[in-house]
Amino acid sequence: MAKNAKVYVTESGENVFGVIAEFATAADIYHAAEKVRDAGYTRWDVYAPFPIHGIDTAMGVKRTRLPLFCAACGLTGAGLGFLMQWWMSGVDYQMVVQGKPYGAWEPFVPITFELGILFTAFSTLLGMLAFNGLPRHNHPLMRKERFLGCSDDTLAICIESADDKFDPEQTRAMLERLGGKNIDLVEGD
Amino acid sequence: MTTMHPDEAAARRLAGLSTGELPTYPVAPGTGDGSLVDDPAVRAPLVLNNRSIHDITEIVCGYAERPPGRWWLPVFGLSFTLAQVAAVLILYLVITGIGVWGMNNQVDWAWDITNFVFWIGIGHAGTLISAILCLLKQKWRTAVNRSAEAMTIFAVICAATFPGIHIGRQWMAWFLFPIPNSNEIWPNFRSPLLWDVFAVSTYGTVSLLFWYMGMIPDFATLRDRADLRLRRNAEGARVLPFLSLRADTVRAYIYGFLALGWRFSSRHWHRYEVAYLVLAGISTPLVLSVHSIVSFDFATSVLPGWHTTIFPPYFVAGAIFGGFAMVLLLLIPARELFPNMKDLITLRHIENMAKIVLATGMIVGFAYSMEFFIAWYSANVYESYLFTNVRARGPYAWAYWTMIFCNVVSPQVFWMRWARQSPLVVFIVSILVTIGMWFERFVIIVTSLHRAFLPSEWHMYWPTLVDIGIFVGSCGIFLTLFLLFLRFLPVFAMAEIKAILPQADPHGHGDHANGGH
Repeated sequence: MAKNAKVYVTESGENVFGVIAEFATAADIYHAAEKVRDAGYTRWDVYAPFPIHGIDTAMGVKRTRLPLFCAACGLTGAGLGFLMQWWMSGVDYQMVVQGKPYGAWEPFVPITFELGILFTAFSTLLGMLAFNGLPRHNHPLMRKERFLGCSDDTLAICIESADDKFDPEQTRAMLERLGGKNIDLVEGD
Repeated sequence: MTTMHPDEAAARRLAGLSTGELPTYPVAPGTGDGSLVDDPAVRAPLVLNNRSIHDITEIVCGYAERPPGRWWLPVFGLSFTLAQVAAVLILYLVITGIGVWGMNNQVDWAWDITNFVFWIGIGHAGTLISAILCLLKQKWRTAVNRSAEAMTIFAVICAATFPGIHIGRQWMAWFLFPIPNSNEIWPNFRSPLLWDVFAVSTYGTVSLLFWYMGMIPDFATLRDRADLRLRRNAEGARVLPFLSLRADTVRAYIYGFLALGWRFSSRHWHRYEVAYLVLAGISTPLVLSVHSIVSFDFATSVLPGWHTTIFPPYFVAGAIFGGFAMVLLLLIPARELFPNMKDLITLRHIENMAKIVLATGMIVGFAYSMEFFIAWYSANVYESYLFTNVRARGPYAWAYWTMIFCNVVSPQVFWMRWARQSPLVVFIVSILVTIGMWFERFVIIVTSLHRAFLPSEWHMYWPTLVDIGIFVGSCGIFLTLFLLFLRFLPVFAMAEIKAILPQADPHGHGDHANGGH
C-alpha cells in the first residue's frame, strides 16, 4: 500500500487516522461516494449498517476475487475427498462389496461432493474474513462514540490520512461541500 | 363513458393526455397487516408501521437485551425438563443396550430412524429459506431466515443424536469416520449409511457457518450498543444482584468476540455479500443432496416399499413440507409473544409459507400415489402386495391413513385465502403436517420391515416407554435450544431487514423524478 509520506499529528500528540463525516440518507451518501471516488481518493470507506445497493460502483470497488479462492478450495476438497476414498477402499483396505471393482468411482460421488461443499464453505467464511482483515477487535474508528452509531442507523464516510491525496483542511472542506455533517478528526493508527 | 378505470386514468395522465393528480389507490383492506391482495398496484410493505432503521435495531436488539415476557421461564423450564428426560433415557440406553427399545429382529429400524429422518427433514426449510429463496431474490425471506436457520441447526443436532445412539455400541461411534485405528480398517465408502454420515455432518457444519456469518454484523450491533451504554455509564443491570459485574460488560465481551471486529465498512460488505451468495449457491445443491442421500439409506436396499427411484425427490419435497410447517409452528406463537414482532413477520410471510406448504404437500401427495402406480405397473408381486395389502389395509393402516389425512388432505384448506391469512388455521394445519410427516417416516420404515418377503419374517413393532421418552425428550432439546436462541441471539437478520426498507434505497425518492436509475 502506498503510505502517505506525511504523518499528521493532533495537538494531543496522536496520529491522525482520518476525517469522518456523517450523511443523512442513503441517496446522499451514494452521491457523496461518487464524488469522493471521482476526486481520486483510494484509502477511504463508506460505513453503513447495511450493504447499500450499488455502493460498490459508487465507490469504485473492484469485484472481489473471493469466489475464485472458494472455487479453488472447493475443488481441492472434492479432489482430496475422492483420493481419500479411492485409497482407503480401493488400495489400503480392499473389501468385497456386491462384487464391484474396488476402485470404482461411482459410489465415491456423494462423499466427494459433500467434501467439496464442506471445503468451499470454510474457505468462504474464512476467506471473507481474511480478505477483510478480520478478526480485528480494535480499530481507531471504534474509539469514536458517534461512529458506533454506524451499527444502528448512521451513514458515514471516513477518508484515511494514509491516502496520498489526504489533506486535513481540503479533505474536510470537500466532505463539508458534499453535505457531510458532524465532521470530525479520527485519532489513532 | 363517465367512469374510467383508474389504471387507464393514470396512464393518460402519465402520458400527458390529461391533467390532474395521479389517482391514489384505495388501500385494500388487509394490506395494513402485510397480507397480499390481487391488485398489483398495491404492494404489501415488507415491514409494517413505517418502521425506521433505528426502530429495527431497537426491536431486534430489545429481544436479546431485555428480559423476555413471563411466559419464557416456565416454557423454558418445561422444555429443559423434557431435554433432561432424553438425557437420562439415553444414558439408560447406553448402559443397558438398545434392547430397551421396542425393536426386534425383523423390525430393526423403528422410532430411532423415524426420528432421525423426521428431524433432519425439519432442518431443510431453514436452508431453503436462507439459500434458495436468497438466490431467487425473495425479499420477504429476510424476516424469517435467521430463526429458520437456527431451527435447522437445532433440528440437525436432534437428528444426529438418533443414529449416534442407534449404533448399539455408542462408544465406537468414531468408527463412522475415517480415523486411523489399531484394527487397520477403513469405513465402507460404498455404503449409503456412510454417505449419510458425511452428508449430515457437512450439512450441520455448513448450516452453522452460514448462520454464524449472517449473525456477524448483528453481533457487532449488539456489541456496540452494550459498549455505548458502558461508555455513557448509564444504569445497567448486573449479571447477578450480588455481583458488581454488569450485564453489558459480559455482552460487550461475548458479542464483541463473536463479531470479530466487524465495523460496517462497505468494502467489507462487498466481500460479505459475495461470500453470502457463494454460501447460498453451495447450500442449494447441498440441501437437495442431504435428503436424497438420506433416502438412499432406503432406496439402495431391496426391501419392497424402499427400493424405488422416486425416493430422492419425494424425500426432499417432504422435508421442505415438514420443515416449513415447523417454521410456522415456531414463528406463529413467537410473533404473538414478542412485542412488535408482527411488524417484521407479517401475514404475508405466513401466507407465503402456507403456499409453500400447499405446493410441497401436493408433491408429497403425488409421490404417495406414484408409489401405488409403480407398485402396480412394475408387476412386482412383493411391491404391490406391500402397498395394497399392507400399507393401506394392514395392521398399521391407521398410521398410513393418519399420514394421508395430515399431509395430503389437511393442507388443501390453503387453497382458500382466508385460511392462509388466519394464523390460527395455519398453526393447526402446521401441527397436523408435523404429525403427518413423522408418520410418513414411520410408515415407510416400519411397514416395510414388518412385512418383508417371507411370512416367517413378519413381526409387529410397538414402542416402549424409552422410545417415547427419547422422542419427546428430543422435542425438549429442540425447544430448549430455540428458546435460548430467542433470548440471547439476534432473532432477525437486522442488517438484511434494514437493507430492504424503503429508506435504504439509494436510488429512491428524488432520483426517479430526476430521471435517475
